[in-house]
Amino acid sequence: MPRKLPKKDIVIIGLGWTGSIMANELTDEGLDVIAIERGPWRDAPTQFPTNYAQDELRYRIRHELFLRPEQNTFTFRNKMDQTALPIRDWGSFMPPNGVGGGGVHWNAETWRFLPTDFVLRTHLTERYGAAFLPEDMTIQDFGATYDELEPHYDAFEYLCGTSGTAGNLRGQIQEGGNPFEGPRSRPYPTPAQKQPFSHTLFAKAARDLGYKPFPQPSGNLSQAYKNPLGLRMGPCTYCGFCEWFGCGNYSKASPQTTILPHLIRKSNFTARDNSEVVQINLDRSGKRATGVTFVDTGGVEWEQPADLVILSAYTLFNVQMLLHSKIGAPYDPVANKGVVGRNFTHQTISTVNGFFDNKKFNFNPFIASGSIGMCIDEFNGDNFDHGPLGFVGGGYMGQVQTGGRPIQSTGVPPGTPKWGAAWKSAVRDNYLSSVRPGTGVHGSFYSYRDVYLDLDPTYKDRFGRPLMRMTIDFHDNEIKQNAYLTDKFAEIIRAMGAHTLEKVYRKAPYDATDYQTTHLNGGVIMGTDPTTSVINRYLQSWDVPNLFVTGASAFPQNAGYNPTGTVAALAFWAATAIRGQYLKNPGPLIHA
Amino acid sequence: MRNAAKFSIAIGAAATWVAAAGVSGAADPDGQAFDRIEKGHYLTTVADCFACHTALNGGKPFAGGRPIETPFGNITSSNITPDNETGIGAWSDQQFDDAVRKGVRPDGSRLYPAMPFPAYTKMTHDDVMAIRAYLATIEPVHQPVRANTLPFPFNIRLAMRAWDALYFTEGEFRPDSQQSPAWNRGAYLVQGPGHCTACHTPKSFLGGDKTSYNLRGFNLQGWFAPDITGDAGEGLGQWSEADITSYLKTGHNRVTAATGPMAEEVVNSTSQYDDDDLRAIATYLKSLPGQQAAAPAQAEQSTMIAGEAIYRDQCSACHGLDGQGVAMLFPSLVQSSLTHASDPASAIRLVLRGARSVATKAEPTAPGMPSFGWQLDDAQVAAVLTYIRNAWKTAAAPVSPDVVRNARDQLSTRSD
Repeated sequence: MPRKLPKKDIVIIGLGWTGSIMANELTDEGLDVIAIERGPWRDAPTQFPTNYAQDELRYRIRHELFLRPEQNTFTFRNKMDQTALPIRDWGSFMPPNGVGGGGVHWNAETWRFLPTDFVLRTHLTERYGAAFLPEDMTIQDFGATYDELEPHYDAFEYLCGTSGTAGNLRGQIQEGGNPFEGPRSRPYPTPAQKQPFSHTLFAKAARDLGYKPFPQPSGNLSQAYKNPLGLRMGPCTYCGFCEWFGCGNYSKASPQTTILPHLIRKSNFTARDNSEVVQINLDRSGKRATGVTFVDTGGVEWEQPADLVILSAYTLFNVQMLLHSKIGAPYDPVANKGVVGRNFTHQTISTVNGFFDNKKFNFNPFIASGSIGMCIDEFNGDNFDHGPLGFVGGGYMGQVQTGGRPIQSTGVPPGTPKWGAAWKSAVRDNYLSSVRPGTGVHGSFYSYRDVYLDLDPTYKDRFGRPLMRMTIDFHDNEIKQNAYLTDKFAEIIRAMGAHTLEKVYRKAPYDATDYQTTHLNGGVIMGTDPTTSVINRYLQSWDVPNLFVTGASAFPQNAGYNPTGTVAALAFWAATAIRGQYLKNPGPLIHA
Repeated sequence: MRNAAKFSIAIGAAATWVAAAGVSGAADPDGQAFDRIEKGHYLTTVADCFACHTALNGGKPFAGGRPIETPFGNITSSNITPDNETGIGAWSDQQFDDAVRKGVRPDGSRLYPAMPFPAYTKMTHDDVMAIRAYLATIEPVHQPVRANTLPFPFNIRLAMRAWDALYFTEGEFRPDSQQSPAWNRGAYLVQGPGHCTACHTPKSFLGGDKTSYNLRGFNLQGWFAPDITGDAGEGLGQWSEADITSYLKTGHNRVTAATGPMAEEVVNSTSQYDDDDLRAIATYLKSLPGQQAAAPAQAEQSTMIAGEAIYRDQCSACHGLDGQGVAMLFPSLVQSSLTHASDPASAIRLVLRGARSVATKAEPTAPGMPSFGWQLDDAQVAAVLTYIRNAWKTAAAPVSPDVVRNARDQLSTRSD
């Protein structure tokens, strides 16, 4: 029997970006909130000090900030007729762990989705007809619109101090910004970061080809900033150690730099680290959560009762928690029934490396930040006519110089030997004069009937429960999309003056060992119909109304952007609904 | 529990009344009046009684038991809750006043000056009685404290009579009619209840104030409490009034941040001062004359070159290549007086150990500096500090590797 703790108003599972946002919003209501985090407490100056945070071997190669597969892992397969095997070392994505979650190690690319991304099926059907979409594509509308989320995007950007150039201010297109973005109510809180040489060269080449390049919105700040919670951030120093690393310079937006020092001063907030929630508990009706059960590092089980449960873990763990807690109908792709685990997606990433004459070009690739970049959005979402192209979706593309780190910045032209004197010589000749876009082509990944999450029939976790099984592969639509975008991107790199191009297309099958991004989405998707979604448009469980599930697990499909801005906007949106509606009258906010 | 507490407060109050009738006469106002208690609460905060009289890590407020570090050994703070047996519940007003303003205990023995009675003696009787009135209202805690844990010969309290004769001048603060009311209020707070002198005034080998060097900085508890006179180089001469009030209110200003013992002082005390009082303190401190410092020794060129290389690698990301830092976040090494202090103890400590600045309601960020002690050797620490002290049109004596080595040895024995 678990030991029972005193009841709280709210228990939050996972203290990353959305857990921190929800905790801060709900403690402002005067509620007594506890957040339970599987990993350790992490504090910027203590855990990411500037004099060793930039250790590529420790953090990038050895994955210090991430979950250890020994604690929990997943099984993987491409196709439904295959037997899935456990992932024993992280590859295509990096499950976060510890306080701050993915907000510690992200690059801080802080995008908004396009207005049409939120009404995707409606929009594409209207423009191209229902028959244009592949038969097994299961994309759907979010159930909330861009206009509804705009104030919440704004709240997150001002929390983070995001650096950027507005492209659409209240409907007026702005010079130098992204002309395709939805209208924003006010400019970015800080101006865009200064761009290194390769970025300005990319922007010039893109402009010459008729595109409208703009600076990527960045959570690595261009200047000092004080956020609405009174927390201070410093200007980014362009050290080039963002993704995979924590920032000890107070320049990368994270829960540590933008929320937690404020939150921990509140007497009605408690955090419990190194404690893994294993189950959301339900009452006998199965319609009401009574709290959670968690296990500490000594293996002791504890019950934390609460009136309201916020599940704010990483995508895969949100799905796993619902399946293990028997909340919602598990998705069955054969019968095409059930919802939990449905519409699982990732990203479709590719790049083009450009090699330049080293007597004429010196790009100093080490002058970098995770989200500094010049991008174009002409090929994102439905910003271009897909009619003649035979696919849907797209992505932004750009030169995003994320770092010149020694171990992984050894790109050499195609045909170079893989080792030995010739390889060393080529590394030396090309280090300063090649363009290796950190993101390159950042394509969407739409949802399909046979890409999903469920419980593995064979492999068990350390508690004897089934591991989560990922069934995921690229479909023709994404492969076509990627080929088209990668070729367009290559034209710009060529126009920059590269003498040699290396096009690295994304190809099927999906490879679990090749890092793309950590943007896994779906499985607990939001929507307007309980038969095709797990949570309503306020992220509230259809089945258990005192449970809200935040995170990218809510995305019905993934857009051609990094997800964090939208993940955070949805968290603020849900928090606003809880504060304004749910607390006054606890129960379903939408009656299906 | 609560009833028992009330009962002992009642006993305490009765004892007070009896004593007051006998000693002080009827002149003292009603100790149970709300305005007295409220004033006393404020003065108790100003005098920061809580900091020393409350054990760290969850000790009951004012129940004592915190070891107070002195150069002669540790002294454990006493219980000043109104408990009759182990606190001050049974003390008369006169006994309380004698302890606070004369350093004399009810049994006639002498307090050690870890209790800053040489400063508190400047307080008015009325203010001391207000503190007394407030302390009579807090929860009594039954907790005996063995105060004197000094080694021989310092454990002989009798010796304090001679010390008092040498270093203690009894007497209330006398306003200077030539100065403004704000200046006089500031002087009263600094010299009296604020007891800034306790840390910031140099001490003799016996721990007495060197009054001719008032507030010019002192090395204690592994830190150098800097010069807070109006001295342009080492003191606050280049700080505006707003710089001083922001520092005391929030722990941060455009130049520097509070850390170490001052961080605790900001949280427990100065962040809760009235704004008028903070401005008064600024007026007074800025009026204190600076000193005519001799030109410091020149740094070796080779040390400056090595120091600059280390600075660019390790320090410039936060403090900037120009040393200006980021206002309210990363201290300006150009302007921070710690950088240029005659005694580099705090600067050495910050480099070797790192430090966390203070979090306050107004400035909750509490940025931290990492430790470089594991990474830089004594010569490297000395070189980078010598560079920082001389790089930006300022001049301060070079720091030698020997001084860093000694500081490293001493810090290795400190847990704080």
